[in-house]
Amino acid sequence: MTTTKEVPALALADITCRFAARDDASKAYTAVANATLNVARGEFVSVVGPTGCGKSTLLNVAAGLLEPSSGTVEVFGERLLATAGVNRRAGYMFQADALMPWRTGIDNVIAGLEFRGVPRTEAVAQGEGWLRRVGLAGFGDRYPHQMSGGMRKRLALAQTLILSPDILLMDEPFSALDVQTRQLMENELLALWAEDRKSVLFITHDLEEAIALSDRVVVLSAGPATRPIGEFRVDLPRPRDVSEIRMTPAFLDLHREIWAAMKEEVLKAYEQQKAI
Amino acid sequence: MRLRILQLLLLGLLIVAWYVMTAPGLIPPFYFDKANRAAFFFGEPQKVFWVIFDWFASGEIFPHLGITLLETALGFTIGAAAGLGIGLWLALSPTASAITDPYIKGFNSMPRVVLAPIFAVWFGLGIWSKVALGVTLVFFVVFFNVYQGVREVSPNLIANARMLGASQRQLLRSIYLPSAMSWVFASLHNAVGLAFVGAVVGEYLGSSMGVGYLILQAEGTFDINTVFAGILVLTACALVLDSLVGVVERRLMTWQPKAGQTEKV
Ligand SMILES: Nc1ncnc2c1ncn2[C@@H]1O[C@H](COP(=O)(O)OP(=O)(O)OP(=O)(O)O)[C@@H](O)[C@H]1O
Ligand SMILES: [Mg+2]
Repeated sequence: MTTTKEVPALALADITCRFAARDDASKAYTAVANATLNVARGEFVSVVGPTGCGKSTLLNVAAGLLEPSSGTVEVFGERLLATAGVNRRAGYMFQADALMPWRTGIDNVIAGLEFRGVPRTEAVAQGEGWLRRVGLAGFGDRYPHQMSGGMRKRLALAQTLILSPDILLMDEPFSALDVQTRQLMENELLALWAEDRKSVLFITHDLEEAIALSDRVVVLSAGPATRPIGEFRVDLPRPRDVSEIRMTPAFLDLHREIWAAMKEEVLKAYEQQKAI
Repeated sequence: MRLRILQLLLLGLLIVAWYVMTAPGLIPPFYFDKANRAAFFFGEPQKVFWVIFDWFASGEIFPHLGITLLETALGFTIGAAAGLGIGLWLALSPTASAITDPYIKGFNSMPRVVLAPIFAVWFGLGIWSKVALGVTLVFFVVFFNVYQGVREVSPNLIANARMLGASQRQLLRSIYLPSAMSWVFASLHNAVGLAFVGAVVGEYLGSSMGVGYLILQAEGTFDINTVFAGILVLTACALVLDSLVGVVERRLMTWQPKAGQTEKV
C-alpha cells in the first residue's frame, strides 16, 4: 500500500464550534465539541444525530464555510483554512434551498461550469444531460419558483454533481422528497457514486437511509457539545437496491444495534428542546 | 377592462365636477362672494384644455418640455447610477460603510431641496443646477435600496455560489446584483418622480426655459389656467416615465413569482 492511499479524503480533527450568543458573549453556545471524523477515499459515510445537534455545523466546517473555534480540517492531506477560501475539492448540497431564483433550471445547473469559464454551448450540453439524469428533462427553462420542492432538490443535486467534485457533502438532501422519489434518487445516487467512487459525507436524520446508502454510519450525541458517540461499519453487499436491502435480516440487525445507541440521545435532545 | 372603464369614468366625473364648480354663473357662488372668483382660483377645465392644445398645436411647449425632460433624464440616470455603484460598494465593504454611516444619515435627513439656491450659484441657471438637484434627490433613494438589497441577500445563496467556485467578481455579478435588482426597481419608481421634482423645483427657483419656468411665468400674471395646464402636462409625463420603468422592470424581472399564476381555462 502506498502512503497516499492512507491519507483520508477528509479529516476533521478535534473540531470545536462555539457560537457567541447574540446578547451576551459569556453565554456562548458550544454546538460541537472535540469531534473527530474521517472520510476515506471513495468511502460513503453517513452522519445521523438528533435534530439541532450540530450536523449542519460540522458540514459547514468541512466545506470551509465556517471556521471552527479550534481543531483542524485536512482535505487530501492539506490543511483547510477558512481564510484561504472554501474547500475547492468539495461539492455541497445544502439543507435549505440555495438555487438562484433569477436563473432558469438549466442556468442554475450550469452555474458552476460558468464560474469555471466553460463555454456556454458545452456547458448547456452537459447541463441537459444532468437534467435528464435527475429526471428533469424538459424543465430546464422553468424558474425555481415554478418547480415543486422535490424538483428543486433534484435540480440542486444536478447543480452539485455536474462539477464532479472529489468530495460530496450532502445535508439531508432527500428529506423533502416523497418515499418513492426518494428511493429512486437514493438508487440514482448510489449508481452515480459507484461510477467513480467519490468520497461522500452524507447527513440525514433517517437511520434507514443512512444504513442503506453507506459504508459507515456515525452517530452523534445530542447537543450541546456534540461529538460522535458511535461508529458502525455497514458490510452489506454492493450494488444495493435501497428498497430491497431494507428487508434483509443483516440490515434489520444493524438497524436495531444503531438505534439502541441513538435512542437515548434522541430522547435527551427532545427533553432539552422541550425545556427551553 | 372593466377597471379601465371605471377609472375613465371617475376621471370624467372629476372634470365635470371641476367644470360645474368653476364655471362663472352656472351655480350660485356658495363660498366666494363673486361668480367668477372660483374660476380665478381654480381655473376652468375647458380653458386649461385649450391652453394645452395651443401649446402642442403651436409647438411652443416642445422646447420647454424637452429641457425639463432632459434635466429629469440626466438627474435620474446620474443619480441612479451613482446610487447603484456606491450602494454596492458600501454594502460590500463593512469598513467604508461604518466610516461613512453618520454622513450618509446626515445627508439623507437634510431637506435637500434647500440646496437648490446653492446649486444655482455653483452651476448657473442652465440645466446643470436642476440636474444636480435631481441627482441629490434620486441618489439617496436608490442608494438605500441597493444597500438594503445587498444586505438582504440570502447567506445560503452566497455559500452555494462560493462552493460552486464563484470568485468575488462572479459573486457580485451573479448573486449580489440580481438579488439587489428587485429593490432597485422598487426605488426607481420613486426616483423618476423625484428627478422630476428636482427639475421643476430648480426651474421654479430660477431659469429661462422649461415647464417649471412656464408655470412661474403664468403665476406672475395670475393666469391660473396656464398653471394648471403645466401641472397636468408634468403629471402626464411623470406617469409615462413611470410606466417606462415598469416596462423595463417586467422585461428584466421575468423570474419573479407573481401571485396566483394559474391560467384561466
Ligand atoms: N450561526 C449560529 N449562531 C448561533 N447558534 C447557531 C448557529 N448555527 C447553528 N447554531 C446552533 O448550533 C446548533 C446546531 O445547529 P445545526 O444547524 O448544525 O443543527 P443540525 O444538526 O443540522 O440540525 P437539523 O437536523 O435540524 O438540521 C443548534 O442548536 C443551533 O441553534
Ligand atoms: Mg441541519
